[in-house]
Amino acid sequence: MEQENPSSWAIRCEGLKKSFGEQHALRGVDLTVARGECLAVFGPNGAGKTTLIKVLCTMSRPSGGGAWIDGLDIRKAPNEIRRKLGVVSHATFLYGNLTPAENLRFYGKMYDVPNLENRIEEVLDQVHLRSRIHDRVSTLSRGMQQRVAIARSIIHNPSIMLMDEPETGLDPHATIMMRDILDSINSGDRTVVVTTHDLGRGLELGDRMAILHKGRVVFEAPKAEIDAGRIHELYDEHTRAVVR
Amino acid sequence: MSFATKASAILWKDVLSELRAREIVTSVLVFGLLVLVVFNFAFDPGSGTMAIVGAGILWVAFTFAGVLSLNRSFAMEKENSCIDGLMLCPVDRQVLYWGKLAGCFTFMFLVEIIITPVFLVLFNQSLWMPRLGLVVLLATVGFAAVGTLFSALAANTKARDIMLPILFLPMIVPVIIAAVEATGIVLDGGTWSDMATWLWIILAFDVIFLAVSALVFEFVLEE
Repeated sequence: MEQENPSSWAIRCEGLKKSFGEQHALRGVDLTVARGECLAVFGPNGAGKTTLIKVLCTMSRPSGGGAWIDGLDIRKAPNEIRRKLGVVSHATFLYGNLTPAENLRFYGKMYDVPNLENRIEEVLDQVHLRSRIHDRVSTLSRGMQQRVAIARSIIHNPSIMLMDEPETGLDPHATIMMRDILDSINSGDRTVVVTTHDLGRGLELGDRMAILHKGRVVFEAPKAEIDAGRIHELYDEHTRAVVR
Repeated sequence: MSFATKASAILWKDVLSELRAREIVTSVLVFGLLVLVVFNFAFDPGSGTMAIVGAGILWVAFTFAGVLSLNRSFAMEKENSCIDGLMLCPVDRQVLYWGKLAGCFTFMFLVEIIITPVFLVLFNQSLWMPRLGLVVLLATVGFAAVGTLFSALAANTKARDIMLPILFLPMIVPVIIAAVEATGIVLDGGTWSDMATWLWIILAFDVIFLAVSALVFEFVLEE
């Protein structure tokens, strides 16, 4: 596959496939995300949302088709792509015995972040956790840990964020705080792909939405073309085989 | 930052985490010392069989303590899916291998540094045995080289505590045999030339294991 024109899309997938033995998680995903755009991806459990994120962030090799991040082929330039990506998942990727500062220092070194100590303070301010900078991560609440995970994901100031159900497992208070943080990350010229089960929240965050079902994109439209009142109906319509 | 700086960042993270939790060194050390004490009661330390069984006792303690240590090394990375965080870093997979290897080696060698003098005292041997130190050092390099690879592999399986020894021990047998033979020669008062062949065998395995493990680590991590 040839390299895309870097100026056209932040993310592009063409017939992207991923199989685990006989199990086909992605069956030919075609998707584009423009620079600065936020795409919300919905889908039932097992639709392939997490696999899509894992393939896009180069953690998993595609079985077929192609994908480009900022014009770079995910097969050919994984390290260049990793520098451009920030990934937030429901798992935090944090070491429980280390403090938030130590975790960020470790990841900052791995990403060659300049002026690392200043950057650590800056991102911890962004997630309102400066006061817990020296506490072990294992002593923080789930919501706080997820905020540190966001700080980790933006420590190298990535231009593209991939978020896989970032609000999963949070209590209502933590969810509200998380939403403010995610909104601040989403603002500006960052490209964001977020997967979620919360249709209303996805619509709120996204400029465009896509529904993934059985490893394929079965619906895709800009937010302006979607009637928010019919979102559940629309979702049911495209995922009927699983929902009903 | 260079390859070495990033690998040392992984080592620093593992050491710091261990200093806080004391999970690996404490449990492995207690296990290793228990093995020595049990064998100390089973065999008469003063008997002439010391050179024959002593080396075996020491390497049984090292081997099983080492397996415990390796299991914990990647279990740490599985908690909170930290291994995914490592894989997202823009570094060659070899950096991850050498960083984790440095951690495994450090913890194992630290435990061996404590266990060995206890063994020498319990079995009435001289405490000054630099040749034994060399055997332990070389064999631990090979042990950690293969162990790091297989603990990464076993970490992705459901029964990792069982899978690691099943996968790892058959691979490391040549190093253990050579280490037992070389240790036996040292305990028996043999010369450098007596043990040279075994040392070369361990060294050769170290080089092969390090090169092959570093090359295939990427595939073990990714699928």
